[in-house]
Amino acid sequence: MSKLLIEGVSRVFPGVHGGAPTRALEPISLSVAANDFIAILGPSGCGKSTLLRIVAGLDRPTSGRVLLDGRAVQGPGADRGMVFQSYTLFPWLTVAQNIAFGLRERGVPETDRQAIVAQYVERVGLKGFERHWPRQLSGGMQQRTAIARALANNPEIMLLDEPFGALDTQTRSLMQELLLDIWERERKTVLFVTHDIEEAIFLASRVVVMSARPGRIKSDVPIDLPHPRHYTMKTTADFSALKARLTEEIRVEVLAAGAH
Amino acid sequence: MPRPLEPVGNASRIGLGIAFFVLFVAGWAIATLGGFVSATFLADPLTMLADGWTLLTRFGFAGDIAITVWRVVGGFVLAAAVAVPVGILMGAYKPVEAFLEPFVSFARYLPASAFVPLLILWAGIGETQKLLVIFIGSVFQIILMVAVAVGQTRRDLVEAAYTLGCGERSVVRRVLVPANAPEIAEILRLVLGWAWTYVIVAELIGSSSGIGHMIIDSQALLATGQMIFGIIVIGLIGLVSDFLFKAANRALFPWKLA
Repeated sequence: MSKLLIEGVSRVFPGVHGGAPTRALEPISLSVAANDFIAILGPSGCGKSTLLRIVAGLDRPTSGRVLLDGRAVQGPGADRGMVFQSYTLFPWLTVAQNIAFGLRERGVPETDRQAIVAQYVERVGLKGFERHWPRQLSGGMQQRTAIARALANNPEIMLLDEPFGALDTQTRSLMQELLLDIWERERKTVLFVTHDIEEAIFLASRVVVMSARPGRIKSDVPIDLPHPRHYTMKTTADFSALKARLTEEIRVEVLAAGAH
Repeated sequence: MPRPLEPVGNASRIGLGIAFFVLFVAGWAIATLGGFVSATFLADPLTMLADGWTLLTRFGFAGDIAITVWRVVGGFVLAAAVAVPVGILMGAYKPVEAFLEPFVSFARYLPASAFVPLLILWAGIGETQKLLVIFIGSVFQIILMVAVAVGQTRRDLVEAAYTLGCGERSVVRRVLVPANAPEIAEILRLVLGWAWTYVIVAELIGSSSGIGHMIIDSQALLATGQMIFGIIVIGLIGLVSDFLFKAANRALFPWKLA
């Protein structure tokens, strides 16, 4: 049985000032198996973030529905943890308090909370920074805290919206390894939106390629590279073959987007 | 010449700040003691100090200061207690905003000083009337500014809270309020400054005590030294309250400065 089921989800944004409405998403159907790591890859403006926001319950589909464990998604909830591209740590809370935010909302007792926070602080490598304010952290550290904050809530599925998009290349690849390491250990179901082809292949067990606006699913590519994955994998022949194939698919879409 | 936006050192910041006060008093002293301005219109700094001393020692001016401070603080605390929650509700809930915003925007432009005669009619010339002037002058300003601040809360923080399991009420309590607390404190600091103008206006008419009352009394005697002393006392109290507010903000919101 699939963990997450997206059934004919489309999104039309009403026209601004009497303009024509924008079709952001054509009806999309996608089934995500439990413990799967799915990357949604597409050119900018293809509606991939809109799709993720609909799954999160932050946006409503014009048609279709989203089912998580067979239940229809009605709005945002703690069962779908989200990491945003922008830095969304609460600036008035310390790193530890940020990670504990969802636990506190659920009324988890103080001692359990501390244990869970300590565990995730350790896992994202932020030991010693528990009492820092978000603005004292680098971008990479902030996103690691955001990942820990979402994971600490123990969601059914993790939704990541280009979480490393604002980071420099070196930090970015370190963060990819960190995320992969966490996934290989916890096997949490993940939906990861990105426009970075290499990132998608390196992280995912399945890459879903989306077309230019209005977004449709163009192809669905299984990534059969073995785990645990190491960054040196990025230079292997298999990796390069996948990269060449996906690059070609995306290129066509970027050109199509440019032609509009 | 310093370059634009280049920070200034702490010592020179304080030095420069004091320098202007010195310059100001020097200019005043030259104009008055040098005989350029008649003493009838403007007392010199020394006369002002002497008059101030007389006021404090012989006419119980300290009591006037105390009563004025009490009025400002009392009226202001009442206004803040009403306005901050209303402002938060307005910023958070758009129907509340649609309901109240037009009226508050209208009421904000009603000058508190124009209410003084009306309030004397309603509440007499006692303390209630003084508090009401300050209340009316502050409450609408605070409501509107708090509502705007809360309404501008970063949407992505609110969305993050929702995905972490927050409901509507806890988003208000755990995100909208703490995210805007420093700005609300800043708004209160600003409006407290305005409350000082209202209290003096309230005391100029129909009052038998307070700094404003002393100033209007001194006018009848052409005691410009006393009037200036009163005005300077108000300025000094403002400076001190500003300093206290800033210190409190630094202590309460360390995350802003970290």
